[in-house]
Amino acid sequence: MFSSGKNMYDIEISDLRKLIQLVKDKYDYDFKDYAMSSFKRRIKRIIELYKFDSVDALVEKLTHTPSFFEEFVSEVTVNVTEMFRDPSFWVVVRDEIIPNILSSHNKISIWHAGCSSGEEVFSMQILLEEMGIRDKSHTVATDIDTAIINRAKNASISQKNMELNTSNYERYQGKYVLDKYFSKNKDRYHFNQDILSNVSFRKHDLVKGQVFSKFDIVLCRNVMIYFNQTLQNSVLKTLHESLFKYGFLCIGSKESLIWCDISNKFSVINNEEKIYKKSRD
Amino acid sequence: MFSYSKLSNKYKAIVIGGSAGSFQPITQILSGLPESFPLPIFLCLHRLKHVRNGFVEALSIKSVKPVLEPHDKESIKRGNVYLAPANYHMSVELGNSISLSTEEMVNNSRPSIDITLESAAFSYKDKLIGILLSGANKDGALGMKRIKERGGLTLVQDPEECTIKTMPQAALESTEIDMSLSTKDIVKFLVELDRLYKVKHEKI
Repeated sequence: MFSSGKNMYDIEISDLRKLIQLVKDKYDYDFKDYAMSSFKRRIKRIIELYKFDSVDALVEKLTHTPSFFEEFVSEVTVNVTEMFRDPSFWVVVRDEIIPNILSSHNKISIWHAGCSSGEEVFSMQILLEEMGIRDKSHTVATDIDTAIINRAKNASISQKNMELNTSNYERYQGKYVLDKYFSKNKDRYHFNQDILSNVSFRKHDLVKGQVFSKFDIVLCRNVMIYFNQTLQNSVLKTLHESLFKYGFLCIGSKESLIWCDISNKFSVINNEEKIYKKSRD
Repeated sequence: MFSYSKLSNKYKAIVIGGSAGSFQPITQILSGLPESFPLPIFLCLHRLKHVRNGFVEALSIKSVKPVLEPHDKESIKRGNVYLAPANYHMSVELGNSISLSTEEMVNNSRPSIDITLESAAFSYKDKLIGILLSGANKDGALGMKRIKERGGLTLVQDPEECTIKTMPQAALESTEIDMSLSTKDIVKFLVELDRLYKVKHEKI
């Protein structure tokens, strides 16, 4: 039996395998190659949140209640993000990457792969706006989770998260104050929708590997950390195919292309900020 | 109390958690390690979320071994010291690699000690030694419980010696901790452990 709260029993791998199989068979979502350590914590979290008494009870619920599946996906995926995370990364994008692209192109196309609640999208649009080139850009932002895409579109941020966003923006040394891009309503901050006019949000599952367009920049920061190496390799192949030759791939500060199959098709542009350039088709 | 009976060469990894007041003891431990120390060591120390650089360098100054901030899915190598990077949780993944994550904070912390300890307990089972140092919150108490449940060995820094004893105290209250040791004795324990592995090696 599970006891309540955080001292509940540990979940075993065999329980997770059963769950993964059901989700694959019934809903055609494949979590088999997710990193086991974090996937297990996500499942534990769902069990606590919905007060199931075991993984089996969750399997039972998913078997008989298809409407629950969307909530399940929302909770399994990690949606913790912040605006201008790693301010030094955004400085390099502003001062080196974007100017580099614009030196040979009139237009700039951007894909946020795994955009979650949209904070990186908002950051990029602010960056482009402050450079005066937002009208030359087109952005696609995708995620596996429909609910989180709707949250990103809605672009409303809590007071608590705004504090972190603001301090990141200050470290990034943006032109103005971050508040300028928001209107406040009670304890929520609403992002100015005009600045999202060149962004389209879509549902897309990186695991399925579908290539739908080509881009100058792909941002996929701290998304692949939730996958095992097999899946990382296949996702990187998709990202590579989705880039124009000499386009840029941006991953999280503690992610690396060193061990992946496709590393010889990228060159390192900035090792500290993990920015790579597609050097070979 | 220091007990030689707890020494064994079955162990495959060490995991250490610390927060406020742990810099001094962790430095003492890292500077007292034998150069040949054979086990990987995972460090999860509470740190500023937005400061990426500086901490690993500060720890490396006095450490006998280099301290590494691993990348996601980096393979675990024997004798290496791994420090949880700023603003990431660090887990031990099945299949001998390290996973990083940006999940919600746990006990107000990212990296969270509970996350590192629990994942290590899950992977190494009874072949893990968990050590919890000085700190001002209760992060790590649940992780120590998991290590104990899976048959690993649990050590805390003697609360009397800690700058802030809340953290080891919380572990002592929730779990039957094997040993409560001064930093000096923790070092001694690790040195003895190293000797035991050498003996084992010579026999082979």
